[in-house]
Amino acid sequence: MAAGALVAALAAAGVVWLNTGDEPPPVATADQVVDVPGGPGEAPTVRLDTRLYLPESTPAPAVLVAHGFGGSKESVDDDAMELARRGFTVLTWSARGFGRSTGRIGLNSPEHEVADARALVDWLAQRPEVVTDGPGDPRVGVTGGSYGGALSLLLAGTDPRVDTLVPLITYNDLGQALVPNSAQREPVDAGTPAVNAFADDGVFKRSWAGIFFAAGMGGAGLADPAGDAVEEGTEDDDAAEAAAAQAVNGPGPRGGGQQAPTDPCGRFTPAVCAAYAQIAQTGQADEATMALLRSVSPATVTGRITQPTMLVQGEQDTLFGLDQADATARQLAGPVKVVWYTGGHDGGRPGPELRAEIGEWFDFHLRGIGSDPGTGFEYAVQGALRAQGSPSVRTVTAPAYPGVGGAAPVQRRPVPLAGPEQVVVNPPGGNPASISSMPGLGSVIGSSSRLAGRLAVDLPGQSARFRSEAMTQQLLIAGASTVRLRVSAVPGTPPPPGGAVLFAKVYDLDANGVRTLPGSAVSAFRVPDLPADGAPVEVTVTLPGIVRPVETDHSVELVVTTTDQAYQMPAQPAAYRVALASADLAVPLVAGVGSSTAPPAGPLIGIAVVVGLVVLIGVVAYVRRRRADRFEPDLADVPLVIEDLSKEYPGGLKAVSDLSFRVESGQVLGLLGPNGAGKTTTLRMLMGLIQPTGGTIRVFGHSVRPGAPVLSRIGSFVEGAGFLPHLTGRQNMELYWAATGRPVEEAHFAEALEIAGLGGAVDRRVRTYSQGMRQRLAIAQAMLGFPDLMVLDEPTNGLDPPQIHQMREVLRRYASTGRTVLVSSHLLAEVEQTCDHVVVMHRGRLVAAGTVEDIVAGGGEATFRVDDPQAAAEALRGVGGVDGVTVDGDLVHADLDGMPRSRALKVLVDAGVAVEQAGPRRRLEDAFLQLVGEEPQR
Amino acid sequence: MSDTNGRAPDWGVPKASATEGQRSGHETVTTVHTDPDAINDMVASASREHIGHGSDGSVDGFSSTRTLPLRVELLRQLRRRRTQGLLGFLVVLPFVLWAAFEFGSDSSNRRSGGFVDLATASAPNFVVFVLFAAGSFLLPMIVALFFGDTVASESSWSSLKYLLSMPIPRLRLLRQKAITSGILSLLALALLPAVALVVGMVFYGVGEAVSPTGDAVPFSDSLLAMLFAVLYLAVHLMWVAAVALFLSVSTDAPLGAVGGAVLVSILSQILDQITALGDLRDYLPTHYAFAWSDLISTDIDWTAMTEGAFSAVCYAAVFGLLAARRFARKDITS
Repeated sequence: MAAGALVAALAAAGVVWLNTGDEPPPVATADQVVDVPGGPGEAPTVRLDTRLYLPESTPAPAVLVAHGFGGSKESVDDDAMELARRGFTVLTWSARGFGRSTGRIGLNSPEHEVADARALVDWLAQRPEVVTDGPGDPRVGVTGGSYGGALSLLLAGTDPRVDTLVPLITYNDLGQALVPNSAQREPVDAGTPAVNAFADDGVFKRSWAGIFFAAGMGGAGLADPAGDAVEEGTEDDDAAEAAAAQAVNGPGPRGGGQQAPTDPCGRFTPAVCAAYAQIAQTGQADEATMALLRSVSPATVTGRITQPTMLVQGEQDTLFGLDQADATARQLAGPVKVVWYTGGHDGGRPGPELRAEIGEWFDFHLRGIGSDPGTGFEYAVQGALRAQGSPSVRTVTAPAYPGVGGAAPVQRRPVPLAGPEQVVVNPPGGNPASISSMPGLGSVIGSSSRLAGRLAVDLPGQSARFRSEAMTQQLLIAGASTVRLRVSAVPGTPPPPGGAVLFAKVYDLDANGVRTLPGSAVSAFRVPDLPADGAPVEVTVTLPGIVRPVETDHSVELVVTTTDQAYQMPAQPAAYRVALASADLAVPLVAGVGSSTAPPAGPLIGIAVVVGLVVLIGVVAYVRRRRADRFEPDLADVPLVIEDLSKEYPGGLKAVSDLSFRVESGQVLGLLGPNGAGKTTTLRMLMGLIQPTGGTIRVFGHSVRPGAPVLSRIGSFVEGAGFLPHLTGRQNMELYWAATGRPVEEAHFAEALEIAGLGGAVDRRVRTYSQGMRQRLAIAQAMLGFPDLMVLDEPTNGLDPPQIHQMREVLRRYASTGRTVLVSSHLLAEVEQTCDHVVVMHRGRLVAAGTVEDIVAGGGEATFRVDDPQAAAEALRGVGGVDGVTVDGDLVHADLDGMPRSRALKVLVDAGVAVEQAGPRRRLEDAFLQLVGEEPQR
Repeated sequence: MSDTNGRAPDWGVPKASATEGQRSGHETVTTVHTDPDAINDMVASASREHIGHGSDGSVDGFSSTRTLPLRVELLRQLRRRRTQGLLGFLVVLPFVLWAAFEFGSDSSNRRSGGFVDLATASAPNFVVFVLFAAGSFLLPMIVALFFGDTVASESSWSSLKYLLSMPIPRLRLLRQKAITSGILSLLALALLPAVALVVGMVFYGVGEAVSPTGDAVPFSDSLLAMLFAVLYLAVHLMWVAAVALFLSVSTDAPLGAVGGAVLVSILSQILDQITALGDLRDYLPTHYAFAWSDLISTDIDWTAMTEGAFSAVCYAAVFGLLAARRFARKDITS
């Protein structure tokens, strides 16, 4: 008991302890305008709108948080606040051309935006709140998503003072991001999982580019994902719906203070504006445009980045796909950790768990706190089959990003595809077009119902399909598959001047033929110089980087189309033959390693402690019970001795008080008393069913307590039969005896069942029995094994007169075998006819005890019914030795003191009194009736 | 000694105890009577046999450590319609679910990639689905039924007092009944996935277990995972068992004990839905009810299961000890 209370108290204490001290530490913020040089071709100074977040204790290492395209310092407020709560001094700013900052957008131009960031590092070095590594060298990390991620890479590559960086969902080569070409004639070096050919002369990704350009004009912030991506352990639907709602409504006003653009170039620099105009109008990037895009790409500096880098890229990203991070990872000179998460430009920003992981990265690399996050590779897998409300994301962890920094190249499994050579047609104007993704809206569709993957439409005549066999086991695609295709022009329809533009994608096809396009991703490629005579050209196509479990019975389908809504297609109609040059799709697989296989020690120890406590309590209880037996050898032959027995119920009701009596061997003792006299309570205490509040009960010298072994010498029937109603009478008897564990031959079922005399009914279910039949069976059960003491409570209740008669006979004869019977009854006649000894109880107290003879015949007192009581009394008083003569109506009572009643009769007759009746005075009956007469009080 | 020899006595009742002509199985109360010869037989037999007794007062052949053998208690419970019906239901349930999937929706309207596909992907997945479907209500109810009913039904039949005055020591009675209920619960807990596995293998084929997170576990490993899932569930449901046992010794109404334990389980599940409670929910007994689903993974995370086992063991210990204490001190008045 004490231990139970202890456990409860400990649990309560634990609850209290766990729920205290959860307040986030306070963060102070300061908005400030920092003037930086404008750089070539710009105003002399540009005013940057900054905000400094100061943690609880300073100085602290600093983190620069750069915002995404179309955002401002406000859009990264939450991220900055989180890092500041972790204990970093955080600086955010609106990049030039965004928010309240002045200047024009140069797309992270090295002389402009990147120089700005360097100036901010200078500025941080002067701040007393920032820890420095040396004069003018603050300890600083940099992070940011998309546009800000690219800035992180560009800054780290040009400023060695940056100590670590975490670029999120960003590009490696902006040219390849906006004008990709995912195929080349030579084989691709496919050592990394998400490799892309990154060939020149790509296909313009017009819808994303347009969204980007609009964002620079101060338009919608669709280029910047808002909602959180689904994470491991997130229960699907609520999280996804919240993300979708946020994505639709946006996180509030961004880039506040911008005027409506009046210039068609908006806030872009003329160079950027001209480049966009060129590419948007022609659909093909010229040299100058590509040179500009390349000059602002992180690819120019990644070879110089030696700082530890955590590259985070989204799996739902048709703008900057996994291939962009893959390229960066290959180029980086320093240690790199790669994380692919479920979001991206189409799927949402990093969720709380990933943000915490980023925080831990900075903790380790800037503050030396926590364990080394290492240089591994993690990718999130979203299940293809989903149960409502259960988490659908898990993370696979590999020790290293394959093919990078000495790690083994990625394993590629050949998945054979089949399909004949097919002709695909490019319609005039490229319309209607296939649909793979909805740029900018992907996160709305993608996260809410994952319809995005089902949205894909391929138009007949425009698509060639090559299908694999159904999988016999799950195929977990982790990255970009490659395939070798043979493309040729259909003679007679010359290919467009720029070459053939085609789109390749990989579907997951389930057993019912429902196709899903993982990541909504498509690889655009151009085959330049396609011979018009139909001579085939073989190209290696790098398919989009995806993470997809292709389940058993599902198959993989490669689809090559001529059109895609999101891209700019040649307007000239064309037709091509497309065939597999080699049958295999090379699918990248990245095996995970067990993250934590050992169960936590704390709960295991807890289990051991609790089990130990229970065992201890059990042992203590056992020992106590052993000690409880007390034996009185003098009473070994006395079936029952009750001394000063009391039972008081809570509330003061005294059922039995100070009851003492004794039952000797061979007696048939009647316990007589009106209903409620405490007879049944006494018998229950005798059987160890009720704990007495005082006094002792000894059976054959052994004190009675619950489960006392001496109870095995008692057979009992107390207040009603107790049988299992679904079993027959016989089964009940057998199971009862089996439960005693005593040898079967000691039971004497045959004799007991004969006494019950149920005949064939003994094999019927007990629930069909009448009250009397149950009663008889119960008495027979009490008789099983011929107990030395048989205790029967009101055994004749419910029996009819002949049965009662038989029962008396049974009890008397049973006692005649040297055994003892204790019978309770509220009927005097019953006791008188059955018992040789009687104990009378009333209201829990002993009223009288003795032989039935003694009590009934009461010491020679006699009663005479006469016609003349007065004369009779006179006559009796005249006899010597007779006293106590009383008159009661026509009865005369007298104590004859040993004189036979016959002599007294003669006296009366001699005195002329007519005697109608003469007998012993029935004091017991008088007393008993008197007691019963007082009953109305109860 | 009686006239039976050996340990295989003739259980037959002498037909003489029923009057001639009324033996045809239609006896009524009036035919029930004791033959005078029966009394003579009894007296003769009782006079012949006087069994001695040991130093602790027990009659020879009696030992409290032999009372209420598990075999006997199992027999007592297994002969109940309730037990038979429940086990039968568990056998039928997977077939019902299969039929629901098969006929419930026409294939054109079937949402691919959803719930149905997950459940019917393979035999192991069907088992997982069945366990999921049963996990929140059916399994706690089964355990509550076996443990809540066990003592309370004896009270309601008035047979408890006869068991205790055999005498079966109270804690031994509680222990034997708890073990029996545990065996029956474990049987039920193993029967459901076993039947589901067979149904799944017949209708959905032997395949990989696929988790909602897209993890695929080979069939052989998934069998092991299911075994562990049953073991975890057995440990986890100990809390329901202990609560039901506590209620069972506290009331004479079997339904009250069973229903009470199920209610506690439902209440805990409702509270678990209230995310505002935050970490407090970790202390709810049902919080880790589905931790076994971590087993359907190539990289098994034991954390939640270990914590769930600890939580269950704590609850089971507290309520188990309370049940023992109450039963040991209780006045048996039924």
